[in-house]
Amino acid sequence: MQESKRPLNIVVLVKHVPDAQFDRHLSGPGHTLDRSDSILSELDEYALEAALQLAEARGGQAAGNMVTALTMGPEAAVNAVKKALQMGAYQGVHINDAALPGSDAAATSLVLAAAVRHAVGGGSGLPDLVVAGMSSTDGETSLVPAQLAERLQLAQITFASELEVHDDDDDGAVVVRARRDGDSYSETLEAPLPALVSVTDQANDPRYPNFKGIMAAKKKTVTVLSLQDLGIDPAQVGQDGSWTTVAASAPRPPRSAGTIITDDGTAGVALVDYLAAQKLI
Amino acid sequence: MASVLVFIDVPGLPLPRASRELLTIARGLGEPAVASPRALDDDVLQALGAYGVGAVYEPEGVLPDVLVAAKAAFLADAVRAAEPAAVLLGNSFEDREVAARVGVKLNSGVITDAVAVAPDLSVTKSVLAGSYTSTCRVQSGVPVITVKANSVEPAPADAPAAPERRRLAVSHAGPAARVTGRTEKRVSGRPELSEARVIVAGGRGMDGNFGPVEELADVLGGAVGASRAATDAGWIEHSAQVGQTGKTVSPQLYISAGISGAIQQKAGMQTAKVIVAINKDPDAPVFEIADFGIVGDVFSVLPQATEEIQKRRS
Ligand SMILES: Cc1cc2nc3c(=O)[nH]c(=O)nc-3n(C[C@H](O)[C@H](O)[C@H](O)COP(=O)(O)OP(=O)(O)OC[C@H]3O[C@@H](n4cnc5c(N)ncnc54)[C@H](O)[C@@H]3O)c2cc1C
Repeated sequence: MQESKRPLNIVVLVKHVPDAQFDRHLSGPGHTLDRSDSILSELDEYALEAALQLAEARGGQAAGNMVTALTMGPEAAVNAVKKALQMGAYQGVHINDAALPGSDAAATSLVLAAAVRHAVGGGSGLPDLVVAGMSSTDGETSLVPAQLAERLQLAQITFASELEVHDDDDDGAVVVRARRDGDSYSETLEAPLPALVSVTDQANDPRYPNFKGIMAAKKKTVTVLSLQDLGIDPAQVGQDGSWTTVAASAPRPPRSAGTIITDDGTAGVALVDYLAAQKLI
Repeated sequence: MASVLVFIDVPGLPLPRASRELLTIARGLGEPAVASPRALDDDVLQALGAYGVGAVYEPEGVLPDVLVAAKAAFLADAVRAAEPAAVLLGNSFEDREVAARVGVKLNSGVITDAVAVAPDLSVTKSVLAGSYTSTCRVQSGVPVITVKANSVEPAPADAPAAPERRRLAVSHAGPAARVTGRTEKRVSGRPELSEARVIVAGGRGMDGNFGPVEELADVLGGAVGASRAATDAGWIEHSAQVGQTGKTVSPQLYISAGISGAIQQKAGMQTAKVIVAINKDPDAPVFEIADFGIVGDVFSVLPQATEEIQKRRS
């Protein structure tokens, strides 16, 4: 029955990343990314939309559901949380600490794991769902969701292209069901809550923040946490605490435009001439 | 010499090119060994031996059909048994996730998107959608490295080895999602997109008709790719998508047909050796990175090129 659905507590991971529309640069002794002109990672909008839809299907905030947008990053990373609040997240958490810059995926997942626990029940519990993007648009490693699942011992459904939460009528259990498209096959998956899900850009169409959402976001709270709040030793994060390090970086020589011709009716033949000259056929 | 453990998850023969590349890289770093999450047939073992593999680690029983967690538990056990100098995996989403979890289990750093691994285990990595190259190192634990396809030319060993099977009791995977259904995709007979040496990709400009793209791909022995616009429109299956949220490819030749070349699309293909672009719009951003560009109609250029190749071959 509809009215017996228990509310969900959902944490959505949102990353603040340099806008890929502009040139991006690695610089400084740690070869870190210049983070001016940063935005909410486009792929995390799908994660947020998925979380909002799941909560709304169960009556939204009024029915006791919770959608928390969580980010780890410098001062300006709070903008990723604010955008998420404007889109409809109910509350925000921002982990900001001077020791964090240069953290690799392992250190990031260590901090996020502690923060996910902190966001629900002050460190003791787990949310019903952690929802993440399939990949950041800067580091692009896709390591964080799986590492978080490992650290929190959550069932993991990554790269979901369809997602639903289903109440099992028999035993009151709530399960998440999803579809994942691999190279040579497509799978359906099922896990009991609590679980971690990462979603692809096939999962939904993210909403835009509207005027009402933008005004409402001003009244929502963003909790700022430090490593001390999370009980994490600063030596475990940042460049020194990370398990990987960047020794050097260099821009690839930019591809320069080559020959461009306009088809006069023989361009197909010209193409084959070109391929032959390049020994590609 | 220390071993280098390669995670290979293949159902049978032929060994995919990406796997042969991993074995070739491993042989340059140490003694290649393989961790296979399923028991291998003797002929697969022999094929691995041809690449110098001395030991193959397999799970004692059949791994539970759960997502990623069981494979990660098995690989971590194999690393504990083999004590390798490094662990290599492919760069597919699933391989990267196995690497991610193994990294946490073993307190080991993970580096993704590697294009080369030096004898001192420093890793050359392609970053920011191929616009930067960086050199990274793992500074904790056994380096876990996922390597992009087409990074080296695969080569068998001078002298084949006879791999020894080592069966492992596998640790409990922990909470995991169960696979409740699986549908195989239709096999096209074309090479796998992520390892293809030639790719012909179509976009919005193909207007619902991928025939000319497929025909040119077939005469070139290549794979068919697509932009997100084309897969979203349902003209071709989603797994053909190249780009930020699709596959990243680095073929010898990439032919882009009717694709504008938005940043997310370029991200997936700018490490291709040679890029050819065909587009009606002379201002399409794809021309900024094309080695050879044709401003023209895909429906006359592609078929003419296909026909010309056939003519020269006969
Ligand atoms: C160019 C470059 C290359 C890198 N290569 C490596 C590498 O090989 N190995 C390595 O260990 N680290 C690497 N890093 C560091 C790593 O990117 C960062 O530690 C990052 O915070 C986490 O990984 P990711 O950006 O790849 O995220 P991904 O794992 O790709 O992100 C997936 C999802 O996790 C969530 N998420 C990730 N980070 C955060 C965050 N800070 N706050 C909230 N949610 C988040 C988001 O939902 C995101 O969509 C690299 C960084 C850069 C800039």
